Amino acid sequence: MQAKKRYLISLLTGAFLVLLFYFGGGVPGPAATGSRSRHGYSRPEQPWPHFSDPLQHFSPWDQSDTEEYNVHISPRQKRDVNSSVYKGKRCRMQSCFDFSLCQRNGFKVYVYPQQKGEKISESYQNILSTIEGSRFYTSDPGQACLFVLSLDTLDRDQLSPQYVHNLKTKVQSLPLWNNGRNHLIFNLYSGTWPDYTEDLGFDIGQAMLAKASISTENFRPNFDVSIPLFSKDHPRTGGDRGYLKYNTIPPFRKYMLVFKGKRYLTGIGSDTRNALYHVHNAEDVVLLTTCKHGKDWQKHKDARCDKDNAEYEKYDYREMLHNSTFCLVPRGRRLGSFRFLEALQAACVPVMLSNGWELPFSEVIDWNTAAVIGDERLLLQIPSTVRSIHQDKILALRQQTQFLWEAYFSSVEKIVLTTLEIIQDRVLQQTSRSNLMWNSHPGGLFTLPHYSSYLGDFPFFYAELGIKPNPKFTAVIHAVTPLVSQSQPILKLLVSVARSQYCAQIIVLWNCDKPLPAKHRWPATSVPIIVIEGENKVMSSRFQPYDSIISDAVLSLDEDTVLSTTEVDFAFTVWQSFPERIVGYPARSHFWDNNKERWGYTSKWTNDYSMVLTGAAIYHRYYHFLYSHFLPSSLKSMVDQLANCEDILMNFLVSAVTKLPPIKVTQKKQYKETMMGQSSRASRWADPDHFAQRQTCMNKFASWFGGMPLVHSQMRLDPVLFKDQVSILRKKYREIERL
Amino acid sequence: MCASVKYGSRGPALIPRMKTKHRIYYITLFSVVLLGLIATGMFQFWPHSIESSAEWSLDRRSVHDAPLVRIPMSSPIPERGDLSCRMHTCFDVYRCGYNPKNKIKVYIYPLQRFVDEVGVPISSTGLSREYNDLLSAISDSDFYTDDVTRACLFIPSTDVLNQNSLRIRETAQALAMLPRWDKGMNHLLFNMLPGGPPDYNTALDVPRDRALLAGGGFSTWTYRQGYDVSIPVYSPLSAEVDLPETQPGPRRYFILSSQTAIHREYRVELERLKEENGEALLLLDKCSNLSQGLASVRKRCYKGQVYDYPQILQESSFCVVLRGARLGQATLSDVLQAGCVPVIMADSYILPFSEVLDWKRASVVIPEEKLPEMYTILKSIPHRQVEEMQRQARWFWEAYFSSMKAIGMTTLQIINDRIYPYAARTYEEWNNPSVVKWSSVNSPLFLPLIPPRSPGFTAVVLTYDRIESLFRVITEISKVPSLAKLLVVWNNQNKSPPEAIDGLSLDQTHMVERSECINKFASVFGTMPLKVVEHRADPVLYKDDFPEKLKSFPNIGSL
Repeated sequence: MQAKKRYLISLLTGAFLVLLFYFGGGVPGPAATGSRSRHGYSRPEQPWPHFSDPLQHFSPWDQSDTEEYNVHISPRQKRDVNSSVYKGKRCRMQSCFDFSLCQRNGFKVYVYPQQKGEKISESYQNILSTIEGSRFYTSDPGQACLFVLSLDTLDRDQLSPQYVHNLKTKVQSLPLWNNGRNHLIFNLYSGTWPDYTEDLGFDIGQAMLAKASISTENFRPNFDVSIPLFSKDHPRTGGDRGYLKYNTIPPFRKYMLVFKGKRYLTGIGSDTRNALYHVHNAEDVVLLTTCKHGKDWQKHKDARCDKDNAEYEKYDYREMLHNSTFCLVPRGRRLGSFRFLEALQAACVPVMLSNGWELPFSEVIDWNTAAVIGDERLLLQIPSTVRSIHQDKILALRQQTQFLWEAYFSSVEKIVLTTLEIIQDRVLQQTSRSNLMWNSHPGGLFTLPHYSSYLGDFPFFYAELGIKPNPKFTAVIHAVTPLVSQSQPILKLLVSVARSQYCAQIIVLWNCDKPLPAKHRWPATSVPIIVIEGENKVMSSRFQPYDSIISDAVLSLDEDTVLSTTEVDFAFTVWQSFPERIVGYPARSHFWDNNKERWGYTSKWTNDYSMVLTGAAIYHRYYHFLYSHFLPSSLKSMVDQLANCEDILMNFLVSAVTKLPPIKVTQKKQYKETMMGQSSRASRWADPDHFAQRQTCMNKFASWFGGMPLVHSQMRLDPVLFKDQVSILRKKYREIERL
Repeated sequence: MCASVKYGSRGPALIPRMKTKHRIYYITLFSVVLLGLIATGMFQFWPHSIESSAEWSLDRRSVHDAPLVRIPMSSPIPERGDLSCRMHTCFDVYRCGYNPKNKIKVYIYPLQRFVDEVGVPISSTGLSREYNDLLSAISDSDFYTDDVTRACLFIPSTDVLNQNSLRIRETAQALAMLPRWDKGMNHLLFNMLPGGPPDYNTALDVPRDRALLAGGGFSTWTYRQGYDVSIPVYSPLSAEVDLPETQPGPRRYFILSSQTAIHREYRVELERLKEENGEALLLLDKCSNLSQGLASVRKRCYKGQVYDYPQILQESSFCVVLRGARLGQATLSDVLQAGCVPVIMADSYILPFSEVLDWKRASVVIPEEKLPEMYTILKSIPHRQVEEMQRQARWFWEAYFSSMKAIGMTTLQIINDRIYPYAARTYEEWNNPSVVKWSSVNSPLFLPLIPPRSPGFTAVVLTYDRIESLFRVITEISKVPSLAKLLVVWNNQNKSPPEAIDGLSLDQTHMVERSECINKFASVFGTMPLKVVEHRADPVLYKDDFPEKLKSFPNIGSL
């Protein structure tokens, strides 16, 4: 008994000792490391032993490599080799695109004539007519740089009624096909059940793809263009504006994250949607799926279907869309889904769950500024991820969705033009748009790279770059009557404008049939007067981007405008605060005429205005360039034929770009009367047709812009102390108050 | 409970019954145990400090102390890099997990010296100075973890910066022997000089399976967009030469070509350009009379005239960076450092960090075949843009090119941004130099929206001792149809409201106080954020001779 106990105790003690030794000192390595972190040593961890030996440089000073290489290989040959090797899936602009076609005539797009008997879907018809109506279009294949098929390639799902058969032979028989070189193929759907491949079912050769739902594996960077999936109801032009009408601070809405859509149960792309119920909490995260789609859904249905279907019916999709901060955009069978554009328009920040989807226009759009790019593998983390996003960021993301929607997605026209502009940027190479031009207001479609590749030359980026516009203006006076007497208003105007401290130079645009007056007839001024003879003496020439305009600001003037130096000075200081807008004196307004169901134009004194006449207005010289290069020739020739409406068109253009109204500044009474009263002088304002024409113009312009871009304003900018009861001597712009 | 009672009753009974002999035995036993405990305690604390001081000395340890590892001939070789790899297919994101700081954890393998079976090292240079700098910088950064189990990204200590010094097969085997290699999953390799003679591949030739590659000199055909990172080729001159920042503006030369090994075909074309445009171009080459080595690297010659390199780069507006055997050129780094706008002619080259840097604002990229048109192309760029590019070029160098640390940190940040895209650095953060960041204005409400009337506005009335005027204000404001809410901030904690006093603005101390406030605020902001304007917004028909009742805001102006 005693011996037994003794043995027991000694055994226990022995075991205890062994244990003690094992944990305490037996394995000193890990214990030491562990204890160090436990005791919170203050010295920084330096496990990489910053070696201080005299080590060699990674590359020797003398680069003999290149010299040896140069002996063997000619760079010209190397280029030829590259362009012959990299074809098909490895196509790049350098290897599969012929730049020389674009050098002669610029970036021109040819659309094959439509053949009889070929059915074309409405969406594709919209794409083709957009190209045909754009400034890139050419009807001559000899001038073209890019070719677009008239065969409908949008839907390449064999089970679809829109599917075009025998595309392979039809394409091969095209005389200009040239193995697809310089061709652009549009596609929305490819592959079919069950594997939904991204193959189009015909050999596209060296053609570029503008494709929806394209995966990063198949996407050829800087060659293909990823476009958004859009429905057949997507408007051709104009398109609805974004739903965000005002910013709310804090930016949280009723729901944090929502989704409502189909669930596929099995097959490709079903995993993520099948797992959504894990995250759904029926409070602020509402993720609803339905199994009810297709004919035989009952056959595949699983245990959760009935519960899910019931929950699904309880919520209204549109209500959720408008009241949620984030919207989940999980992949469907294909990578892209309609949910993406819907969320974007609804200012509901998209949360992408579509691994490997090359997002639309990813080449130019920085999606991190407008969407949350999630990972399907980390679905369960999504709620905590979106909750961790700071409200300032949400506010920025939300506004960016609206900017992107309106700039690139709201209509088929915008999608197509964006696609073409991206390709044009590649062709232009060093003069292409920078990232900032694409991702900030007003967007790439309104920021033409031909004008300048320098951001500071545009009116939109001053704040971003932290710079100011050039502190001078160039006056452009549009002269149409011959110079006969020394008391003509134009001469007075010249003198008073030239006296402005901000005036750099005055350009007189001589659009009069009479020959140019002799040089000495112009008054002597402190600033140079440049007389340019209008080439065709047409109205649009007043908005030509003349090289001689060197300042950022242009003061556009009619010859009979009456302005004092003070007024000019004041308007210019106002413009410096609003360089992207038109700043001017006499204003006009538009309204919707319910009886006639069209837009009306009014020059009556009203409480608001939406246009400022360009007979006396200051704006950025970039708008001259936009007017000449962005607007279609149909509108410009209409203006030229009528010799009217050029100011309306300019206001449409600037408001379409800025989405803001022009700015009216205060003016002297006397001037108002001469302008408003339409004096008996032989001016175009006296013409009775003049007014009717302007109504017609408004409606014509609105239809081209796909909506009414003009915005009303009730604000006038007056000098501080204007008409205040203080001594006139204290006022800087006192002339303006004098009658 | 029952057991403890039993034990308690037996315990005391046990000892008295023992014999003395046994007692001694037990006492000895317990003292041994006690000693053991003390010894363990000593082990815990005492030897530890010895060991850590040994680790301190590690800092001064030599690379030659690193353990030697022999690679068996038959050791497996990883597969070649998979061109279709993307973050969602070849990268294990679970290892990075969710973490509130949105920062990946990076582990660096301890240094090993790999040799083949006969004892020949796998690399002729071993650990290079640059790679040591890079790894040191990473280990000092927030990204670093020494806990291999918590790491999201693994960086081998095998130096593959320069493929020329590597034995391809053995290096690959060495990589595959790393304990966490797992087909290269989540491993990051840094390589600056890829390929080798005769055809110079544009990506590292070492088979590396799924490993990410931070490579200098990718072409569009080898670069896996969104997976690899294109990095610059570091120029060791950066550390040797201090080029002070120069003011942007026109320089003595318009175009400068400073590379020494330009292909004959291109040199001929450059010389033709030089003939046409004379002094505007400076065409430098190696100095034939100088001996090889560091001295010759720092000199360039033109017709016997010697120029200091890289100082001469600061004398030119544009500097040519032509491809050589490889697409990535260290010259690019020197050119940026000098604040000279690089004219990059290397077809299909993926520019360094192009995923985040907007190179259009800092460089001119011209296709190689347009080399003869270079002069005209560059002449067409507006002066102001050239100046901005010069500033931007220098900023890129300072932030992303200047040291191995900068290169390494930028690479990790790019990968970090892909894993936590919602916390990624913005375009502005990457591309705007601090001068611009300070002077630029980014309104948090940047979308042009015309505010609708429906939600109205909130009126905030600050009041201090003036009840009457407060009531007057409240009565007037509450008449406004678009008022949504009125908030009164009572700013007097102590006093009850006194009798009406004259306007505060007449109070001299009040104005002085406000001036002091303005100065105080301005000093906090570092600059004066307020802007002076000379205009004021009035209703369109403000104070016009027009029937008052037809005006939208009749009261304004008629008061």
